[in-house]
Amino acid sequence: MNRSSESSMGNFKSYMQRHWGLYAMLILPIGFFVIFSYLPMINLLIAFMTNNIFIPITTAPWERWVGLANFRWALDNIQFRQAVSNTLMFSFLDLVIGFPMPIILALLLNELKFKVFKRVTQTISYMPFFLSWILVGGLMLRLFQTQTGAVNNIFMNIGFGPVPFLTSSNHWIFTNVFTAIWRGLGWNTIIYLAAITAVNPELYEAAEMDGATRLKKMWHVTLPGIRPVIVTLLILTLGGIMGADMARFLATENHLVRDASTVLPIFVFRWGLEGAQYHRAAAVGLIASVINLIILFSANFTSRKITGNGLW
Amino acid sequence: MRKKGKLKRATIGDWIIVFVMILLILTCILPIMTVVATSLSDPTAVMRRDVTFLPVGFNITAYVDVINDSRFMWSLAWTAIITLIAVVVNLAMTVLCAYPLTYDSLKGRKIITVLIIFTMYFGAGLIPTFILFRTLGLLDNPAVLILPGMISVFFMIIMRNFFIGIPESLKESAEMDGAGPLTCLVKIYLPLSTPVLATIGLFYAVGRWNGFMDALFFLPSASEYHPIQLLLYNILQNITAIDPMDPGDVAQPGMGTVTESAAIVIAMVPILCVYPFVQKYFVSGVTLGAVKG
Repeated sequence: MNRSSESSMGNFKSYMQRHWGLYAMLILPIGFFVIFSYLPMINLLIAFMTNNIFIPITTAPWERWVGLANFRWALDNIQFRQAVSNTLMFSFLDLVIGFPMPIILALLLNELKFKVFKRVTQTISYMPFFLSWILVGGLMLRLFQTQTGAVNNIFMNIGFGPVPFLTSSNHWIFTNVFTAIWRGLGWNTIIYLAAITAVNPELYEAAEMDGATRLKKMWHVTLPGIRPVIVTLLILTLGGIMGADMARFLATENHLVRDASTVLPIFVFRWGLEGAQYHRAAAVGLIASVINLIILFSANFTSRKITGNGLW
Repeated sequence: MRKKGKLKRATIGDWIIVFVMILLILTCILPIMTVVATSLSDPTAVMRRDVTFLPVGFNITAYVDVINDSRFMWSLAWTAIITLIAVVVNLAMTVLCAYPLTYDSLKGRKIITVLIIFTMYFGAGLIPTFILFRTLGLLDNPAVLILPGMISVFFMIIMRNFFIGIPESLKESAEMDGAGPLTCLVKIYLPLSTPVLATIGLFYAVGRWNGFMDALFFLPSASEYHPIQLLLYNILQNITAIDPMDPGDVAQPGMGTVTESAAIVIAMVPILCVYPFVQKYFVSGVTLGAVKG
């Protein structure tokens, strides 16, 4: 008994002698994750507390506890409901219009015969992704403004328009969705093109023997070949359905389209930071991230069951 | 057999694809041309709707105004400074995090990895973070532009996987000679990892150069520390403006649009100059992430 504990002490000592350097290296990174990822989670508790300014902040947390009142406030708030429906609308449009586009572009690029032209096209198509959303928002103004935007200038010259791309909510929604697609289109092909190069060439040869046309080969060989990648990206996209890229909406919104552009993160920002309703805004943020987490897990689970591919 | 297929002459289908690609290229280049054209045009021509993709009534007043706006130029320089700092600090932290997690023998490795990856899928959100930063004294403190972004979990995983791909025999023979983990990292792993270090460093650099939300949230009254993107955001939102050299210009219709365009172009030029050279690293980065993601 005594001897075995002694030897386990010895083991521990020799283990630490070999590994202490690794733990020392991890001190800063672990501190980073504790401070910037886990400590804020403690502050999530304020989502369950009162925001009443007449109850001093020094009061003990359990005396400020209000349970689900902030969540109930959110669910009864018409602007919250609007923000939820905006978020879901953009996620839906991004998914239906935006998700297939890079797949189609990757298939086309793969079929492109002229190699130099292919490389040039790819390089240029990556460019928008490197522009910050602020710059993209600036380009949108120059292109789509009603008064001096280039597109409306062209339209006016051919006796058409002006089209209120940025000033009518319905137009703005589609301007925004297509701008977002434009920004990510070339970039998002990279992962599909990488997957396409991994497709077994023998499959194409076999298809050719059977007399398959080009389109048939794309449909029956290339697409199934990259299905695992498509599924993985689809799961990730679904997991973000209650969220939105805040930079995109901050950089492109304007006061005329606020009813359509206020997605959940923007709602949290306006009510929380600008309106100092911390507790309610934290509750709204929590609702969104919990729903996202649930969707992500269920999408992953479903995909594992159906296709055998998943994130984990 | 494949070879023969490739030598076949281009069909109508090939030309349709080429046509689509040319359209794609145009959608990327024309918006840039518009903003450049506007920035170099006469304000009245802009107001007359004469400017689409080429400048009309060439003049560079707007550029003179922007370059002489000390706030704008300081913001550019400041953004360059924090970008440099961010690359160095982030890379160091990312390596420090990734390397120990490659040791199978490290006790607690599994749980640490799981706890780190969990933060990719669930974050506390803006408000709890804001309250924490207020408590920590990070509000209106320029350190907030560096500290919270030091490790991106995604890049850390990419780096760890790259390290794992390096043959372990190299490390084992060094350990025989009495080298500790730090020596192995510096003498063996880092020299073999320059491509991935370059890739991830560039990702961090572009992220910092393009970032503005952290400054918007956490530097509300420290406008001297605002990076260029936030300044540009404020200009485009008409919260602030470039001061013209000639005060009479303020009243000139269209001048605001022209100056804004010049500011956009100046903020865009650095990234446009750098991206063609770095994009191949970026592509390898995405592919690295995809293989083992």
